[in-house]
Amino acid sequence: MGTIIEIKNVTVSYRECVALKDVSLTVKKGTFLGVIGPNGAGKTTLLTAINGLGKIVSGTVNVLGLNLKENEHQLRKEIAYVPQSYNIDPRLPISVHDAVKIGRTGRVGLCRKLKTNDYRAIDRALDLVGVGNLKNRPIGHLSSGEQQKVAIARALLQEPKVMLLDEPTSNLDPGAQQEIIELIQTIYRNNKLTVIFVTHILRHLPDSCKELIFLRRGKIIYAGGFKESLKKELLSHLYHCSIEALAL
Amino acid sequence: MVDIFQYGFMQRAIVASLLGGMSCGIIGVWIIMMRIPFVGVAMSHAAFAGAIFGLLFKINPLGMALVFCIGSSALIGPLTERADVDPTVSVGIIFSIVLGLAFLGMSLIEGPKTEALNLMWGSILTVSTNDLKLLFLTTAVLLLGLSIFFKEIQAVLFNREIARAIGIPEKTIFYSLLFFSGVVVTFNLNSIGGILIFSLIINPPSAAYQLTYKLKTMFILSAVFGVLSCFLGLLFSCLFDVPSGAVIIIVSSVLFGICLGFSPKRKVSLGKKQSQ
Repeated sequence: MGTIIEIKNVTVSYRECVALKDVSLTVKKGTFLGVIGPNGAGKTTLLTAINGLGKIVSGTVNVLGLNLKENEHQLRKEIAYVPQSYNIDPRLPISVHDAVKIGRTGRVGLCRKLKTNDYRAIDRALDLVGVGNLKNRPIGHLSSGEQQKVAIARALLQEPKVMLLDEPTSNLDPGAQQEIIELIQTIYRNNKLTVIFVTHILRHLPDSCKELIFLRRGKIIYAGGFKESLKKELLSHLYHCSIEALAL
Repeated sequence: MVDIFQYGFMQRAIVASLLGGMSCGIIGVWIIMMRIPFVGVAMSHAAFAGAIFGLLFKINPLGMALVFCIGSSALIGPLTERADVDPTVSVGIIFSIVLGLAFLGMSLIEGPKTEALNLMWGSILTVSTNDLKLLFLTTAVLLLGLSIFFKEIQAVLFNREIARAIGIPEKTIFYSLLFFSGVVVTFNLNSIGGILIFSLIINPPSAAYQLTYKLKTMFILSAVFGVLSCFLGLLFSCLFDVPSGAVIIIVSSVLFGICLGFSPKRKVSLGKKQSQ
């Protein structure tokens, strides 16, 4: 398995706040990588460093063998990003179908219309995530869980090589959390993607996740296998309080 | 009454109403959806300030209005991003600068300030053929751009971060729409007036927003409401000999009030509050 993402000595800052400090990371193709850490650890920043949305002060990021800075526009089409859930105005004049269609827009390109195949792909993505019956509904009328499914469908339509998920199970009830976790697992297996899944709750990571990194205050303090990471000392150091992983 | 429509000035006024209402209505959807309504205020005052300085230095007022408007729109984006300032704050800063310049220019004009005051209130009945040509060109480019780039514009209006993440040139689209906002405001300055034009940019799309959950429909409705406001303003202006710009704004505000009253979205939000 070749390397698909290579981050070398990357520092990302927002004004006077340094969110990621001299971080290096290599991700092999087809990996399901979990990123764990407390609030403010730099988890979201790590994802935005990979897709070019973050402000990289120093270091380099290579994705699919290409330098991100020089090929940002092209690489963004190959990297799907599911951001943290956010409030959508219930009056927004965008339907579920339109919100998902956006995922295809970048792929199709400027000055080009979507074709029949694209519309079929949109319908397939909607059905796969289980919101096909809601496609004509305003996006702002959906529940948080349904909106998260829409975001995943949109990401799928890019036909990406890499999928970045930023706390996709946050603000969801246990039932919706389980649905999202299973959906992501199915997508990962069926599409042979490289997935980076950010969360601060270990048990939200699907079974497919075999590798983890721990982020704390902008630095990677652990990178390795999932099972090996479940040590009391390591978890306690990460969250700065006594934590013990029970049987998962 | 019917005879009046045979006169050239009235025919030009009708065409200006159609093109002005349409262009302001369309660009207004963008401004409302991006939640930067104050951009309309800043742009209209920038155009007004530019025209004042054009009068002061005896340079084409419309040309100077365009320079000031485009200059302001060129500042808003970078000020937001490089200075890391909230868009509404950056627009407010630009507004305060151009307002100061406008009144400075007014105070420096010697003698009667009639021409300057006409720019404040506008006069759709004195629109020239040249004004119409510019308006027609602007509206045509706007409609063409909207039809070609609709899917990208829709993505940017939904969420700028997501649009950027997908590979859409979000910044180019955002800056282009700011630029077109400036152009539309400038070329409607003579007919609607610098003080009043921002209302024609805000009211029709706000009214349309109340009635539909589809973006395409919102653009169409906003254009229709813009044109309707201008036509009715022109009609009442002729019937009752009142300033057309002011009546256009009042009509557009009444239209918004009617749409708000009948808004299906208002019922949805009330229902959600009650269920909470």
